[in-house]
Amino acid sequence: MALLQTQNLTAHYGDFQALFGVDIELGEAETVAIIGANGAGKTTLMRSIAGVLRNDAGAVSFDGVSIGALTADEIMAQGVAMVPEGRKLFPSLTVEENLLIGTYGRKTAGHWTLDTVYDLFPILAERRHNPGTALSGGQQQMVAIGRALMSNPRVLLCDEISLGLAPVVIKDIYKAIPQIKAAGASMIVVEQDIAQAMAVADRVYCMMEGRVTLSGTPDSLSRDDIHNAYFGASH
Amino acid sequence: MAYKVTTQTPASRIAAIVGAIAIVVLIALPFFAGRGTIQDMFFILTMLVLAQFWNLLAGYGGLVSIGQQAFVGMGAYALFGAVILWGLDPVPSILLAGVAALIIAVPTAFFAFRLSGAYFAIGTWVIAEVVRLLVAQWKTLGGGTGTSLPRSATRDMWFVEMIEEALGVRSAAARDILAYWLALILAIATIGGIYWLLRTRRGLALAAVRDNTEAAKSVGVDAGRMKWIVFLTSAFGTGLAGGLIYMQKARISPDAAFSVTDWTAYVIFIVVIGGIGTIEGPIIGVLVFFALQSLLADFGSWYLMTLGVLAIVIMLVAPRGLWGLLSERTGLHLFPIRRRLTGGQLTTSEE
Amino acid sequence: MIWIDTIIQGILLGGLYALFASGLSLVFGIMRLVNLAHGDLIVMGAYLILVLVTLLGLSPFLAVFVAVPLMFALGWFLQKFLLNRTLGEDILPPLLVTFGLSIALQNALLEGFSADSQRLPTNALTTASVDAGPITLGVMPLLTFASAVLVIVGLNQLFYRTELGRAFRATSDDATTASLMGIKPANIFATATGIALVIVTIAALYLGLRANFDPNIGPARLIYAFEAVIIGGLGSLWGTLLGGIIIGVAQTVGAAINPEWQILAGHIAFLVVLLVRPRGLFPRAND
Repeated sequence: MALLQTQNLTAHYGDFQALFGVDIELGEAETVAIIGANGAGKTTLMRSIAGVLRNDAGAVSFDGVSIGALTADEIMAQGVAMVPEGRKLFPSLTVEENLLIGTYGRKTAGHWTLDTVYDLFPILAERRHNPGTALSGGQQQMVAIGRALMSNPRVLLCDEISLGLAPVVIKDIYKAIPQIKAAGASMIVVEQDIAQAMAVADRVYCMMEGRVTLSGTPDSLSRDDIHNAYFGASH
Repeated sequence: MAYKVTTQTPASRIAAIVGAIAIVVLIALPFFAGRGTIQDMFFILTMLVLAQFWNLLAGYGGLVSIGQQAFVGMGAYALFGAVILWGLDPVPSILLAGVAALIIAVPTAFFAFRLSGAYFAIGTWVIAEVVRLLVAQWKTLGGGTGTSLPRSATRDMWFVEMIEEALGVRSAAARDILAYWLALILAIATIGGIYWLLRTRRGLALAAVRDNTEAAKSVGVDAGRMKWIVFLTSAFGTGLAGGLIYMQKARISPDAAFSVTDWTAYVIFIVVIGGIGTIEGPIIGVLVFFALQSLLADFGSWYLMTLGVLAIVIMLVAPRGLWGLLSERTGLHLFPIRRRLTGGQLTTSEE
Repeated sequence: MIWIDTIIQGILLGGLYALFASGLSLVFGIMRLVNLAHGDLIVMGAYLILVLVTLLGLSPFLAVFVAVPLMFALGWFLQKFLLNRTLGEDILPPLLVTFGLSIALQNALLEGFSADSQRLPTNALTTASVDAGPITLGVMPLLTFASAVLVIVGLNQLFYRTELGRAFRATSDDATTASLMGIKPANIFATATGIALVIVTIAALYLGLRANFDPNIGPARLIYAFEAVIIGGLGSLWGTLLGGIIIGVAQTVGAAINPEWQILAGHIAFLVVLLVRPRGLFPRAND
């Protein structure tokens, strides 16, 4: 049975429907990538799973229990942590305080502590007493990932972690993903950068206009399949 | 061309007819109603004026003021000053009351506009306190204990003798009737004036500023200027009402004329209960308020407690007030502001 | 010499105003909510202490320890079940709801305790004074000022040294992202208002010990508190203390010139600061 599953998930912003019956699955210790163009509904999907957007009770289940109607903090306490799009560090908090806040709702013993996060991203140890927002974009992204890891989540949702970063910085951040996998977390990685996504994912979903248009393992999908699923067959 | 942009609705046309009849009845009221009714109606009309101006500020302008008592009190003291110090007749002095309120509104706005949101609210209150404390230092007008209008001034007031003769009433009753008619004129002018303002380009811009200052700026609405216009207009109107109220009372003290409960708390409750951001709301609100006061006034502080709790409940359950509930259910607009396209056929091709 | 004395009395009076203001500052800093019933809650706290003193025969200083948990609970429930429902983009609901609360509370107190003024019982300690060179200082004003400093030190420790304080700051920055970290913003806000009412209770103790109080004096305390917060700069607690001191000194100096000018002088000082430094003396960078 899947660890995390959405069934016929829909979402609205006011009158605008952003998701139309999305079904995805994430297995234990699996890494799934969700790719798609701007406005495809990827971030909406992440926000729905994390509980920032309201769902039907039955639409999301985690470890066999339905979590669709829970609030964001309750879902986080279950063990689903999120790295939000745009990093969203707390400007009033230092780097270390930003990391520590990740343990607020869930104090679970596990691999990830301040020390292991600093091992993963050594630069953060040097900047630990700086305000989070004084860091470069890439370093801020590291803090956001570390902050989510601090709760030792069973599922890590990473929303657009390469957005707006230089290629060399993206490479640094993606180097951490195998270590996060090795420590036992299952992951959903939302990406516009198809190459990065394909390199780390066990399976890929492609979204367009609020629907899943294609799914499969990276090596089973041809470039043309992905191109059509990404932009629509008419292009 | 069969198209027409209009704000009229069938309900608003009926409302206009009913309103016209109501105005005629209200003008004729002193010919058949007793003095008590006239005094009650004076109270209702002046509170309605204060409520309409606070609603213009808060409901349309987004400027929540808790300092309206500054303008009521300033207007009232200006009227007393003009009568007592300069020997003017009280009736024309009402205009001076408005002007005096307008004059102190300028520095008030200058300070209060430096604060936003909730801090603006308390800022206006501080300034009202400052004005009250300063006026209490004005010894020739009685200092902290206040003073009365001289008997000679109230006896010889304009129109009073005319009313005495025409209606066959005593001087005191004639003064109440005069005050009532002036209040009626002020109320009609206030409602008419605000309705007109809201339907002009300026008024539409006002709604845009309230809904979203940034967006309004981007389409070229000068939000700062609109705030000034609204603030000064409502200070002027509130000052006129203050002058009129105290002309009728003929006795003044700083604590009464600058009372935050009488001139701001009641007014806020009227608008919130009736429906903020509509012209109909304060009208409904003042009637509900008067009914509550007649029923509960003997219970003193229980009455005010009820008003406070009622305002909380309305704000949480029906933030658009009683009129909002009614117009949501029925789609009724007696003072429609929205422009609608009527007549003609909506086709894509022109003949 | 008389001027130095006046100024020192003013500084000590500023401690009382800082106590009035700290709760307001805390709540505004965390949830951008201005509670117009703040002054009435202080007066209510004074009546609560008075009732405890009368019923249990406690000294006011001990009665505070009974009052504090009660007031914390009141603040928690008030925020959780009433004020949280008013938070949002629109500034009208919180203003009008707390204004309604202010009027309701004032009149409930009038109904319960009449308009007669009351005072908490004083003893030898509270009326004592100490000689500091040529100046005589009351023990009560000194205690008030020391309490204000302690409250501010305590709040700063809470904010910058504890997990709860981190959660306060994170929620203040971005409530949605905070909820992704397992924080329940609704509960954080409730806790903050609970703590604000703990400070209100301490302020109420000194209010009731130093002077007479009656149900109608709440709004004036709100105004002093508000002036102190604005002068200090929104969200800065030490700024709030300084703001309280400025109001206090202006009032005592004003009163020394002409007793009728006491309150007026405080307001004028506030307007002058607003004129020169519209964002207060220590404005927060990200507001």
